[in-house]
Amino acid sequence: MAQLQAVRIHIMGKTYSVPAALTIMKAMEYAGYKLIRGCGCRGGFCGACGTIYRTPGDYRIKVGLACQAVVEEDMYLTQLPFFPAQAATYHLDQAKPALSQLLKCYPELSRCLGCNTCTRTCPQELKVMDYMAAAMRGDIARVADLSFECIMCGLCASRCPAETVPYNVAILARRLYGKYMAKKAQHLAEVVSKIKAGEFDASLNQMADQNINELKKLYNSRDIEP
Amino acid sequence: MYTPEMLESIKAVEKTRGKRMKEQHPRLTPQEKEALLKSFHPDFRPDTMRKVTVGPSKGETMPHELVDLLEARSRLDPHTFSLEAVAHDVEVLVIGGGGAGTSAAIEAKLAGANVLQVTKLRLGDANTMMAQGGIQAATKPNDSPMLHYLDVMGGGGFVNKPDLVKALVHDAPLVIDWLEDWGCMFSKEADGALVTIHGGGTCRKRMHFARDYTGAEIMRTLRDEARNIGVPIIEFSPAIELVLDEEGKCAGAVLTNLETGEYCVVRARAVILATGGFGRLHLAGFPTTNHYGATADGLVMAYRAGAPLIFLDATQIHPTGVAFPEQIIGQLVTEKVRGLGAQLVNTEGEQFVNPLETRDAVSSAIIRECLDRQKGYTTGTSQPGVWLDSPMIEAIHGKGTVQRELPAMYRQFKRFDIDMAQQPVLIYPTLHYQNGGVEINDLGETSIPGLFVAGECSGGVHGRNRLMGNSLLDILVFGRRAGQAAAAKSRSVKIGKLTLEHVKKYHAELDQEGIETDRISPMLLPDYTRKVPRADRG
Ligand SMILES: Cc1cc2nc3c(=O)[nH]c(=O)nc-3n(C[C@H](O)[C@H](O)[C@H](O)COP(=O)(O)OP(=O)(O)OC[C@H]3O[C@@H](n4cnc5c(N)ncnc54)[C@H](O)[C@@H]3O)c2cc1C
Ligand code: FES
Repeated sequence: MAQLQAVRIHIMGKTYSVPAALTIMKAMEYAGYKLIRGCGCRGGFCGACGTIYRTPGDYRIKVGLACQAVVEEDMYLTQLPFFPAQAATYHLDQAKPALSQLLKCYPELSRCLGCNTCTRTCPQELKVMDYMAAAMRGDIARVADLSFECIMCGLCASRCPAETVPYNVAILARRLYGKYMAKKAQHLAEVVSKIKAGEFDASLNQMADQNINELKKLYNSRDIEP
Repeated sequence: MYTPEMLESIKAVEKTRGKRMKEQHPRLTPQEKEALLKSFHPDFRPDTMRKVTVGPSKGETMPHELVDLLEARSRLDPHTFSLEAVAHDVEVLVIGGGGAGTSAAIEAKLAGANVLQVTKLRLGDANTMMAQGGIQAATKPNDSPMLHYLDVMGGGGFVNKPDLVKALVHDAPLVIDWLEDWGCMFSKEADGALVTIHGGGTCRKRMHFARDYTGAEIMRTLRDEARNIGVPIIEFSPAIELVLDEEGKCAGAVLTNLETGEYCVVRARAVILATGGFGRLHLAGFPTTNHYGATADGLVMAYRAGAPLIFLDATQIHPTGVAFPEQIIGQLVTEKVRGLGAQLVNTEGEQFVNPLETRDAVSSAIIRECLDRQKGYTTGTSQPGVWLDSPMIEAIHGKGTVQRELPAMYRQFKRFDIDMAQQPVLIYPTLHYQNGGVEINDLGETSIPGLFVAGECSGGVHGRNRLMGNSLLDILVFGRRAGQAAAAKSRSVKIGKLTLEHVKKYHAELDQEGIETDRISPMLLPDYTRKVPRADRG
């Protein structure tokens, strides 16, 4: 096994030497932290592990997901596992897929300055500012599309000078789109009504009563859609 | 980015590519396959499992790592722990914040029950969030619940519990409809028809998906709705023991606050256990695709309370998990890569198994190549692996295929400066799914009155082997059923005096079997501190 190189990192200001090439998350564990906050899926999907850091000689704050980003020499880091962002509650059934709905839930939306900090902050590299602009135009379909890969880590909200909450605006827009704007699937409606009418019950029961040998025969002779 | 040593090893793969393109590696004979599995597949290797010596499934064979947790003592001393101070008194307690738990909590709440949901980390820190591939349902005119039934049974080895499979396939289209009604954005054709594709073992194209964020889309939608309708949630407070009443009915749970260590007693008239799988036990030293909290807690708690476990000797190992870069070790490389023609190659540039053998055989062959024949490549963090020759895909199907057909995969590696269209990727089998679990009926009820189990923590739906896309389905079908049934049941139940007698009895049984141990369980979280990363700590 190749010898691991060491790098120096500063976790909340305290210095540790850790093997190079580790993710920030594994480096923190190597240093002795047993994570409770700031660690969920460990695979870049859940947004639990948002981290902000800075490196010497650079005034800029950088961000990353601790489970995906690799340690750098002399990085000063802290996790931001929780951010007290506001989240509106609403009745989807009574909601409208329109700008008025977005503003009703998030009136501060209109304070967006278009500064692009959110886009620069997004560890998923989404065009956050663009979807916020779409939100301000009431273009819900566009918000839904541009924000689809959002993991709701909250880093955008933590850095927004206008104190908007882009990721919560985005999920509202996606749900409005999914419920009211996406075209309905005819084939789904048909099969659902058949199931509710009990149309498959007899055949399913018959299937479940088959002995194993009969089932195997049916299985082995079923035709496969190309 | 690959290290110089790795680039050197890749040269051997490139050198033989032209020749290999014309080769088809011979298929295993049934005898060869059996011998291979017996020697290298963790399910068949006698050294990975043993019989559990206590509890309701005494004598059943299960992985050592799980038996270790079953043959362990409670975190509570049942003789001194007081259940007097009840902090929350509810009708339905839901334990677990994944898809199964959240759908159960929503249904119970909508049915009018006074619900409390508790979870170990945050709501949505769960395997559900990580599922990319899709969810099965027979929604197309050329398909039917009966055909779906056949596929599930065939995949599971025909040992699945028929009632559960019937419920699974019957409710499947209803679940898709339910999700759409909550605003879930499935991928669609221009006319609104849902896009569906094949999955391993399906006879119809019935895999629905939301780009390659299917689980995340489902999870974040349900989480949002649970908050909208006001399901109370306590995060960072895992359950550590179930509580029964004098008659043996399930009557709540003891939680612990992960940050303060404080205990908290919840009394409930019905309990739904939805704690997910066991990937983080790293069975037989495997890395895993699972989330941080997948530590079999529900199995341990239900078992101690007296509920039998089934099919836990069958684990799903996926042959191609990422072995490099270290950052994403254990994560899935989809089967489609092999489907499009990429071969598996050792450090000498040779094929060693036909890439289209079954998952268990391919996994075993890779393990043999690395551990026995020493022809795998071992990374700087001691992770062995073999090369998956992904550049073959464009050599066969033409330029641009990888980005078109495998966009998420492509992006995943590109993040680390690896272009899988040009360079092979290093892979090793990874622990993916817990096929078995707590035995339930078609409403999610267990043998313990008032205890329901839903999702990956339950067993029987998938028999010995789950097909892709049936787990996201399972968690919603049985989450919803359990939520509704628990709400209904809680109306008529009278809870007696709370006890931990079952824990006393369990401890006595351990003593009787001569098991002296300081192991305590459930595990709650794996401990990765102060360790140089290794294969088994993905
Ligand atoms: C990477 C990956 C890809 C997958 N892809 C697919 C796919 O394409 N299609 C498919 O159908 N399936 C897929 N699966 C499988 C599927 O995602 C899971 O089986 C399913 O989501 C499990 O849902 P669940 O609700 O039962 O458990 P989980 O979603 O894991 O939720 C369990 C919850 O319980 C909590 N918990 C655990 N212990 C305790 C405790 N002691 N007290 C309180 N709470 C506790 C956890 O923190 C978590 O919130 C995939 C799985 C993984 C890991
Ligand atoms: S731990 Fe889930 S995104 Fe990093």
